[in-house]
Amino acid sequence: MQRESMEYDVVIVGGGPAGLAAAIRLRQLAIAQKKELSVCVLEKGSEIGAHILSGAVIDPCSLDELIPDWREQDAPLTIEVTHDQVYFLRNKEKAWQIPTQFVPASMHNQGNYITSLGNLCRWLSERAESLEVEIFPGFAAAEILYGEQAEVAGVITGDMGMAEDGSKKPSFEPGMELRAKYTLFAEGARGHLGKQLIARFQLDAGVGAQHYGLGLKELWDCDPQKHQQGLVIHGSGWPLSESGSGGGFFLYHLENNQISVGLIVDLNYQNPHVNPFEEFQRLKQHPLFKDYLTGGRRVAYGARVINKGGFHALPTMHMPGALLIGCDAGTLNYAKIKGTHTAMKSGMLAAETVFDTLSKDEQGGKDLQAYAERFKTSWLCDELYRSRNFGSALKKWGLYLGGAYNYLDQTLFGGKFPLDLQDDSEDRETLKEAADCKQINYPKPDGIISFDRLSSVYLSNTSHEENQPCHLRLQDRELPLAINLGHYDAPEQRYCPAGVYEIIEQGEGPRLQINAQNCIHCKTCDIKDPNGNITWVTPEGGGGPNYPNM
Amino acid sequence: MKVLVAVKRVVDYNVKVRPNGDGSDVEIANAKMSMNPFDEIAVEEAVRMKEAGTATEAVAISLGEAACQDVVRTALAMGMDRGVLVETDERLEPLTVAKLLAAIVKREQFDLVILGKQAIDDDSNQTGQMLAALLGWPQGTFASHVAVDDDRVQVTRETDTGSQTLSFQLPGVVTSDLRLNEPRYVKLPNIMKAKKKPLEKITPMELDVDISTHLAIIAVAEPTQRSGGIKVADAKELVEKLRNEARVI
Ligand SMILES: Cc1cc2nc3c(=O)[nH]c(=O)nc-3n(C[C@H](O)[C@H](O)[C@H](O)COP(=O)(O)OP(=O)(O)OC[C@H]3O[C@@H](n4cnc5c(N)ncnc54)[C@H](O)[C@@H]3O)c2cc1C
Ligand SMILES: Cc1cc2nc3c(=O)[nH]c(=O)nc-3n(C[C@H](O)[C@H](O)[C@H](O)COP(=O)(O)OP(=O)(O)OC[C@H]3O[C@@H](n4cnc5c(N)ncnc54)[C@H](O)[C@@H]3O)c2cc1C
Ligand code: SF4
Repeated sequence: MQRESMEYDVVIVGGGPAGLAAAIRLRQLAIAQKKELSVCVLEKGSEIGAHILSGAVIDPCSLDELIPDWREQDAPLTIEVTHDQVYFLRNKEKAWQIPTQFVPASMHNQGNYITSLGNLCRWLSERAESLEVEIFPGFAAAEILYGEQAEVAGVITGDMGMAEDGSKKPSFEPGMELRAKYTLFAEGARGHLGKQLIARFQLDAGVGAQHYGLGLKELWDCDPQKHQQGLVIHGSGWPLSESGSGGGFFLYHLENNQISVGLIVDLNYQNPHVNPFEEFQRLKQHPLFKDYLTGGRRVAYGARVINKGGFHALPTMHMPGALLIGCDAGTLNYAKIKGTHTAMKSGMLAAETVFDTLSKDEQGGKDLQAYAERFKTSWLCDELYRSRNFGSALKKWGLYLGGAYNYLDQTLFGGKFPLDLQDDSEDRETLKEAADCKQINYPKPDGIISFDRLSSVYLSNTSHEENQPCHLRLQDRELPLAINLGHYDAPEQRYCPAGVYEIIEQGEGPRLQINAQNCIHCKTCDIKDPNGNITWVTPEGGGGPNYPNM
Repeated sequence: MKVLVAVKRVVDYNVKVRPNGDGSDVEIANAKMSMNPFDEIAVEEAVRMKEAGTATEAVAISLGEAACQDVVRTALAMGMDRGVLVETDERLEPLTVAKLLAAIVKREQFDLVILGKQAIDDDSNQTGQMLAALLGWPQGTFASHVAVDDDRVQVTRETDTGSQTLSFQLPGVVTSDLRLNEPRYVKLPNIMKAKKKPLEKITPMELDVDISTHLAIIAVAEPTQRSGGIKVADAKELVEKLRNEARVI
């Protein structure tokens, strides 16, 4: 197909903290050194922040480096953490609060801010635009462009106006080639192009398997009487403990009487009957949560996967013509459950590497090995490396606090996992046969604290053009029934937080229906399908959730 | 023929709105904003007129706070020639908007003004009609088809009983309905070009228009919750329920 083409010095895929920090740093350097340097950012969401979902308690260290006067620039970091509590839920009623002195230092949050990462990204994008970064929301990078030496040469944006049957509607606009000397991939966890790059350039050779958790989150307007601005709560245990699954929860008191509450479910769970959405709904019925939420009102819902692999799963991040940054590579610090400051720092290091390289050699397309050097000598590498040993430190604490704390160690804190290099099985390989696992009877939603999935997806403001090719691709159309349904009772019906996958029982027997227009782009199906049979690709640009301050 | 298109910045149609804390207005903090969908259709129509050679110039105008520039830029990226922003932080009601638009029309001698039939935030369905009245111009509202022939415009209107076609002499006002056209996708290079197109900023004061309000919002409340549906066994039961429970027949 003949495509129009535009050229930039640097194209950045993804307008999250990693991509925006890289864009800002690149233009800051160019302006300071009076160099011409064109930078654009592609974002598949309808606006910056529309697809951003995070906790979020944010460590401002990278922002301090990037925009030192952010406090005077109306940055949306205004609520400092004042109280930090960690709990272990024993059952659906009881909770143990872990005394502060036993909470490891990395879990402490003094000096951190509670905010909406979506709003921080919106603010960063304004800074970027004022530095003449071109930001294009509503445009997904659908394919990677390769040059003559097989180097990455840019990306192709998605076609718009393609009908479900592959024909072109009257409004059809073919995607464009965006050619770049260097392309930075900042798609966040489980980037769909990042995944292709890792495979093509074998970037994960010799490193541990990446692991993921599915983070489900709601935003509540809460009763002002119960609101304690600045309070953050973390913990683990019930209800995931019932099925022996791992994960942890959070509850943050933001500004304007809002509460951000969420559950992260490790995707290496084994019982195919586990339904992460329902686990989250029943978690909220625990008194620890219910007390804060009663009298309030849920205003937003969403979900997104998070990387858990840490240092041991970090792939090589450079390749000819491109870098992987932020959670697209997996720079999240799971010991802290924080990936924003690390994503930003990796973007800034990438910007410095690209700028330096281009100053010496204008050509582009080189393998940016210098990035590895820069990374190794940065605090980012040091931080990720140190948290690698977090598990063993925790173990030591576990000796003092006994079994319960040991449990905490293994669930919320990633426990010994970072040291456990043997754990190389992929998350999709962990499911046991449905028949061998205990059924889980989830309680019915009460419509006050807990809700059903469809009314939840409604609050994610999700929309996709309906007449377009399905963006959830099945390699083998037989497997969903033959394997998934037959052996695992079709787990996609339960793990998808938006209810996209439905087994419909009809005349000729069951069939899998994919309600792709409900997809909230969390990427779980791309990870957890037992056969790796589902591939998430970018739908028409602008489609997906429209998150507010998530 | 010079065409003016009014574009309003509203809460995006995908966003589920709710009343704010004290029920005085809709909560728009953190909500995605975008161009009123009917205005996108109006812009598309004007751009097609330009492409067809019937319009010589197409201008997009928005009225409101500084952020309304965004929707003007979107209109420019779709193909409008230049933009105007009448900037004010005051709440504008349909009559005021119509007065401000009339002032712009008189200043610049437009031949045709296209507006959306209504804005999806307040659903007033008044601005176009009021503008036509203030200017003493003919109007073709709820347009599902528009054809310009020299100095006459033929408009097919969507009405409750079917479609009605009428024709009038320019200058005139048209308001767009959903089926008038399908707006185009904005292309990347056009977004860049749009940044360089002229966008004039002007205040209501400079246009000598009084923007004091006549309407007060007393309360904003949620629609009553619908109760769940029920299954009826047969037509007889349905009729019985409709008659005795729902009392609609
Ligand atoms: C539930 C949950 C809670 C969390 N809590 C915290 C916390 O408290 N503190 C903290 O620091 N971190 C937290 N994190 C982690 C943090 O959100 C991430 O580490 C961070 O967002 C990563 O930034 P990123 O820029 O790499 O990717 P993202 O923030 O995921 O941004 C990627 C962007 O790229 C866009 N994109 C993706 N693919 C394409 C494409 N092909 N074309 C165009 N655009 C594309 C996406 O739409 C998105 O806007 C949490 C995460 C989750 C899920
Ligand atoms: C820009 C814009 C302008 C609009 N203008 C107007 C307007 O002028 N006038 C107007 O009336 N509306 C307007 N709407 C609203 C829009 O047209 C509505 O979506 C439409 O009226 C609903 O029609 P539907 O029932 O077919 O929609 P759907 O979205 O398909 O259905 C709505 C309801 O029906 C239920 N439902 C759907 N299918 C089934 C089924 N098979 N069995 C049982 N229940 C089902 C759904 O659960 C839902 O509760 C506008 C919307 C937009 C975005
Ligand atoms: S379809 Fe896949 S990516 Fe979309 S919401 Fe469901 S699990 Fe997430």
